[in-house]
Amino acid sequence: MALLKYESQVRPPLIEGDKSYHQITEDIVRPIEARPSKLWWFGFIFAVLLLIFGIFSVTREVIYGIGQWNLHKTVGWGWDITNFVWWVGIGHAGTLISAILLLFRQGWRTGVNRAAEAMTIFAVMCAGQFPIWHMGRVWMAFFVLPYPNTRGSLWPNFNSPLLWDVFAVGTYFTVSVLFWYCGLLPDLATVRDRAKLKWRKFFYGLTSFGWSGSTKHWQRHESLSLILAGLATPLVLSVHTIVSFDFATSVIPGWHTTIFPPYFVAGAVFSGFAMVQTLLIITRRVFRLQEYITLEHIDVMNKIIVTTGSIVGIAYLTELFVAWYSQNPYEQSQFMQSRANLFTPYGWAYYIMMSCNVLSPQIFWSRKMRRNLTVTFFMSIIVNIGMWFERFVIIVSSIYRDYLPSSWATYYSPSIWEVGFYLGTFGLFFTCYFLFSKFFPVIALAEIKHILKKSGDNYKGKMGEAERETPEAFAHEMAHAH
Amino acid sequence: MAIKKFVVGSFEDEAVLFQAVKKVRLAGYKLHDVFTPMPIHGLDKAMGLRETSIPTAGFIYGITGTTTALCGISYVLAYDWPLNIGGKPHFALPAWIPIMFELTVLFSAVGMVLTFCYLCQMAPFVRKHHFSLRATDDRFVMVVECTEKTNEEQLKSFLQQAGADEINTQNAETGWWLGSYSKNKKPFENPNTILA
Repeated sequence: MALLKYESQVRPPLIEGDKSYHQITEDIVRPIEARPSKLWWFGFIFAVLLLIFGIFSVTREVIYGIGQWNLHKTVGWGWDITNFVWWVGIGHAGTLISAILLLFRQGWRTGVNRAAEAMTIFAVMCAGQFPIWHMGRVWMAFFVLPYPNTRGSLWPNFNSPLLWDVFAVGTYFTVSVLFWYCGLLPDLATVRDRAKLKWRKFFYGLTSFGWSGSTKHWQRHESLSLILAGLATPLVLSVHTIVSFDFATSVIPGWHTTIFPPYFVAGAVFSGFAMVQTLLIITRRVFRLQEYITLEHIDVMNKIIVTTGSIVGIAYLTELFVAWYSQNPYEQSQFMQSRANLFTPYGWAYYIMMSCNVLSPQIFWSRKMRRNLTVTFFMSIIVNIGMWFERFVIIVSSIYRDYLPSSWATYYSPSIWEVGFYLGTFGLFFTCYFLFSKFFPVIALAEIKHILKKSGDNYKGKMGEAERETPEAFAHEMAHAH
Repeated sequence: MAIKKFVVGSFEDEAVLFQAVKKVRLAGYKLHDVFTPMPIHGLDKAMGLRETSIPTAGFIYGITGTTTALCGISYVLAYDWPLNIGGKPHFALPAWIPIMFELTVLFSAVGMVLTFCYLCQMAPFVRKHHFSLRATDDRFVMVVECTEKTNEEQLKSFLQQAGADEINTQNAETGWWLGSYSKNKKPFENPNTILA
């Protein structure tokens, strides 16, 4: 039967243990039906407290203006835009896993895609906060929307990368939510059909939209997922490309660089996978999902981390080379002095970036390290610190020394409210993630069931005869039956 | 919608189900639907369902998005309020490509998902008859409609021979897409194969 695709025996199983379809449902729905653990409550309350501190910090900024953040001339973009780029970048791994790996038919994505997509959505929500609150007079935010108005009529400038960004991030968020939710529908229906409690029946009945599992619906669903993946793939590349245009289309030395789009996209995937590792190593432990998120998954993602980390490393070196090769004194001063010189005010940040992003991931050339959870968890945090510093280096070290030494800024360091805002987005992110992991299946149930018979531990090896008849042959047979 | 009678057979193994679908169709029973916990590739072909037209819809929504962006931006920047920026052309097409692309994707994605929900009649608060609660867990549920010509007992034993291990009869009010099905409009490609 062609419906059970044969998979090479060389590939390790993606689902460990002796599983049946029902067992998969039990394992993955268990955390939803059980009472939340103490650990969950602890994490959730901590996240909410961070969120409250973030809200407080933002409130101060709204009341007193963005002077609350230590931004000044010439550093007009500091932590806020750094954090914006960082969060958007983190989102990219989710889309890479759910869309690009779907197009490439990678079976291992099924174990991690749901949580990674959720991460994408929450990360983009966090990212969106920064440009919005950075507007200062946030009650005027609707000015960026293109609608006929009585101000002249004053339109936004469609030639500006900042407006492209509004469209790119907005579209990215919408498409990610749609993609994620469409994938959730069958799984929510599974929870609904098992529900015993009244509120659970109501809630999952509401959220599963009456999904029945009809073959026609599955056919449409598969088609929809494939096309959405096809749309999301160029979309995710476009989003960080456009984010990099915010810098690359300017004339600031250090920003005005044509390699920014691929360099930013690689960096985004790099940091995103690190965040996926952080979340999944905790999730699999807390919800006891080690048989679905296996060491094999961790291993594969670490390979992506070392690949993208090295791409980012090449981009850093290319920047240095081009600065030297251009013979442009401003470029050279930017790269040779403001960045690569350890003894300038922000030289330390450049070397944190280099060591966290380029040197330390090289440890993952070793298979033993790739499969070591402690090392992976530690590295995932290191990578995210490194990637935060990458954005900080690009943004701040390019603008704190303007063309004239008279406008060389005093040292920029953030205020507590600027840091508080950043911590607040962590609160928002983890509050959402904790709620998600409590109320939604963190692993795509239907997709795991779909690969069970080719990648399940107890099925691998039994599938030698599986490929005898193709659906096309069967359809052909049917057509000639009458 | 009319209330109809269905014989519902539940299968444990999708490989058995596949053969059963084939047998039921060959015997000429009116196969209503098969409910499965996960997508089963090729089952739609085996059931004789036509291809879905969601990709076509997505394309149409997509070009609508492109056109909206192009018309909107050119109206604003080249007609309604042209700005002279260093003597550059008002109709600056290359600079509009990002937004044109984004709106293409946005319109296409939103449109397709709404179309999907419309076609499958899915929305919050929609009530449907679910033939088996385990169809979303681990069972493969085949639903065969009883017409006036169908012998119910014969059909039941037929399903049992085909490999179903739980068989029952249910009366259900038919949903939206079943409604057009009953008028032989669709969803099956070749209604002539229905013999009994």
